[in-house]
Amino acid sequence: MALASVLRSDYTDSVNKLSRFDNGPEKIEVRAALGEDLGFAVNASFKLSDEGIKKKMEFHHGTTTLAFKFKHGDEHGVIVAVDSRATAGSYIASQTVKKVIEINPYLLGTMAGGAADCSFWERNLARHCRIYELRNKERISVAAASKLLANMVYQYKGMGLSMGTMVCGWDKRGPGLYYVDSDGSRVCGDRFSVGSGSLYAYSVLDSGLKDDMTVEEACELGRRAIYQATYRDAYSGGQVNLYHVHSKGWTRISQEDVLMLHQQYKEKAEQG
Amino acid sequence: MFSTQQAFGNNGKMKYYHNTGPVEHRFSPYTFNGGTVLAVAGEDFAIVASDTRLSEGYSIHTRDSPKCYKLTDTTVIGCSGFHGDCLTLTKIIDARLKMYKHSNNKMMTSNAIAAMLSTILYGRRFFPYYVYNIIGGLDEEGKGAVYSFDPVGSYQRDTYKAGGSASAMLQPLLDNQIGFKNMEGVQHVPLTQEKATRLVKDVFISAAERDVYTGDALRLCVVTKEGIKEETFSLRKD
Repeated sequence: MALASVLRSDYTDSVNKLSRFDNGPEKIEVRAALGEDLGFAVNASFKLSDEGIKKKMEFHHGTTTLAFKFKHGDEHGVIVAVDSRATAGSYIASQTVKKVIEINPYLLGTMAGGAADCSFWERNLARHCRIYELRNKERISVAAASKLLANMVYQYKGMGLSMGTMVCGWDKRGPGLYYVDSDGSRVCGDRFSVGSGSLYAYSVLDSGLKDDMTVEEACELGRRAIYQATYRDAYSGGQVNLYHVHSKGWTRISQEDVLMLHQQYKEKAEQG
Repeated sequence: MFSTQQAFGNNGKMKYYHNTGPVEHRFSPYTFNGGTVLAVAGEDFAIVASDTRLSEGYSIHTRDSPKCYKLTDTTVIGCSGFHGDCLTLTKIIDARLKMYKHSNNKMMTSNAIAAMLSTILYGRRFFPYYVYNIIGGLDEEGKGAVYSFDPVGSYQRDTYKAGGSASAMLQPLLDNQIGFKNMEGVQHVPLTQEKATRLVKDVFISAAERDVYTGDALRLCVVTKEGIKEETFSLRKD
């Protein structure tokens, strides 16, 4: 299949022979978790039947990610904030996952849905962006990068990939923010939140956005939105990772544990 | 299957067996062979440990099937899950290591092996290797490194990780003892090799107490710049 040609390895003959393996009743189910197009929860259940002893193979999922454009006078920017929890079924597989993938010094990609799907395809996108740079002697635009990613995953539509990502960056036209997912959507916008905790993040984000915000205000808004989502969503948690994209590329602003943030906000509420 | 004896009940009359309708049986390409793996990274060492029990259903196939495999002088991988896929995967990794050595004239580093394993696993995204992998070794600076994977290739670098059947029991214990999580007023002392070895032994003894698929013996591989040392300790055999 196309995946084999992407990997270009001699050890993919097994893929060619077995890619038609029909799992029958053990189908890959794709279900939306909370909202219809906002939540992601994929259960690929390859059941092993052995006299009733069944063990499901669990992949890593569950998240809250958000990104929004803001401006301060003439300066524009994009804030990207993510949590860091990965769950395998109801087990928390890790609290320190890097859900922002640094594609190149001026492009970022976020990860929501299947961890392996996101990291593999975004790493592949980084490769294509680099090839574009070498061939055309100029940086790739955010629109083109997001289109490359969308077209790559569209070939696998219906096969069970689970990926909800935001491609954020800076190019000739200024700040760029695109939402791309494994169903084939590719949408340009000013603010997005993706993942099982996105509904909670949206409420904080939408009520706190202003026409003119400083970088600190925007960072604090992103941080608070993710914190609130981790508070209410069981599948989000860990740390809040914050990035700022500006004309010179992206900068990592902070990484804070949600437990610390909880104590900070509690103290502030008690004082004020 | 009903023998003639069973088809006729105790009183000599023929039993009607309950007709449930046609039942479809499918061949499953996977089975679960159990086993637990653990890896801990220290300042200048890494420990990869696994139990040696190979089970299937209610039976034990063998008590001597360790799940740690030596890849290079500085890297060991622990694989648990479906034994068939564990064997094939390690063979594929070994072959790819040789290919790299021949074309690049150097051994693969731990982090390169981890990145390669991620793409090997993802290559089978639609018919995955049912293996939970943990790689333990030394990075290019000589510091301990642990990389943990899910069955389709999502990976990250950790300080410690437990994988396999008893992982959910072991991971919280490691979080507390190595990560000092949920402990207040405790000094964060760096982990020494002796403390790490004792901890790993204790942790496996606990796992063998409560997980049916873990037990028999513990195989411990300590990776330092001097090389890889293997030790075996016995665990509960019941």
